[in-house]
Amino acid sequence: MWPLYLPLVIPALAGVAARPLAARLEPRLATWLLTSATVALAVCSTAALALLAGFAAARAPALAALGGYSLEVMQRADPIPLPAGALAALALAGAAVAVVVIFRNRARGLAESYRRAAGLPADSIVVVPGPAIEAYALPGRPGRIVVSGRLLDRLDTGRRAALIAHEQAHLAGRHHLFASVARLAAAANPMLLPVARSVEYTVERWADEHAAAVTGDRRLVAETIGQVALLATPGHRRAPAVAMGIVGQLTQRVSVAWAGPVPRRVAALLASPPRRRTVLVAASAAIVLLAGVSALEAARDLHALLELAQGGHQASRQWPPGFLPARITRLI
Amino acid sequence: MREPVPRDAHDGLPGPARRAAGALEAEVLGILREEGRPLSPGEVRQRVASGQRGELSYSTVVTIVSRLYDKGLLARQRAGRGFAYTPVDEASVAASRMSQALGSGTDRDAVLTRFASELSGRDARLLRRLLAHDPAATADDPDRERE
Repeated sequence: MWPLYLPLVIPALAGVAARPLAARLEPRLATWLLTSATVALAVCSTAALALLAGFAAARAPALAALGGYSLEVMQRADPIPLPAGALAALALAGAAVAVVVIFRNRARGLAESYRRAAGLPADSIVVVPGPAIEAYALPGRPGRIVVSGRLLDRLDTGRRAALIAHEQAHLAGRHHLFASVARLAAAANPMLLPVARSVEYTVERWADEHAAAVTGDRRLVAETIGQVALLATPGHRRAPAVAMGIVGQLTQRVSVAWAGPVPRRVAALLASPPRRRTVLVAASAAIVLLAGVSALEAARDLHALLELAQGGHQASRQWPPGFLPARITRLI
Repeated sequence: MREPVPRDAHDGLPGPARRAAGALEAEVLGILREEGRPLSPGEVRQRVASGQRGELSYSTVVTIVSRLYDKGLLARQRAGRGFAYTPVDEASVAASRMSQALGSGTDRDAVLTRFASELSGRDARLLRRLLAHDPAATADDPDRERE
């Protein structure tokens, strides 16, 4: 019964592959690919869980009477062990609860954001007073860019432009929706959580590349991110002159593979712009497609099994060859 | 986070002025709102002095504007070796309250895409190395510099 288990295994694979993919693909493409892959895989794995539970439930006498199929055939032919079915049902219930909770939280957050944005002055950029070092895009109609005056004070004109261009890209591209949709899909299957986190990263990269295109200076954007992140980190505001002068180490390549998002974004901007990676995209799409085909195949199996049980043992002999998948006829 | 003032500046206020600290803040705020351009503490002091009130010491004025700045009622920009202050407009004050309200909610991170988050110590070191060719990228916080 590989078609039933494949959609449950592929999300784990996607979880491992998401971060390397996010680092290599052009950010806009990566965002679309990873978001749609998260949704597709969540749907497939949920369908597979439902089928697992369905196969197991089909052995219940009450359901057999209701559906008018042969309990005997079903019990003999059903390839799914009962504990697996019960486990799947449990996982399904957990997923349903998680999706509802995450959906409610996101919807509330978004509604709150729209309400706040509506209460702000009409300018697209709102400068807030106070000691905080912060800048963020506030989704709304229209969305606003909120920057603390304290942060603006620290940035020169070029870096201000880079910051604003970055936040504008978030609002114009509705990046919060990508991140929220991916997070919602990952609620249905926690194995997809790394993919959802990668989407949060690729939307930042998307906005960074937009800012680089607007300002025409990748290094400027990299420096702005670096400066803001250091200003926002207590205890790291002062740049020790000693650390800056280690010339010997600067010639080495700095590896950011296991670093947090900020150094990776900065490293990506200091490198040349991302190239097109058609093969990588095609391979990823093929694997997601495989999960979809498997889930469909499994659904066909269950359907065939039910037909079989409904028609009784004799009828199946009259079915033309190939009507039932070989996996099922072997079981009869 | 404030301008260098003598350590005892708060306690050094003369008795009557100390009691009237709130009134002084309101007066300074009023002066800055009327002026319509950034003023240094020295300029603020001249304007206070030209009113009926007796002369204030420079450090007292610095204390007052620093306090107003900390409250988020004044914005400041570099002017020579110190800062020049402007009042923050009403809309911005309202926006600040909004940001605080959003900040208390757990959904904030979910919806708001922040420009750059806080760094771990390791990430901060890594970042410095990445940007090390350009010292300006990690320029000192002017506040800290003076502490």
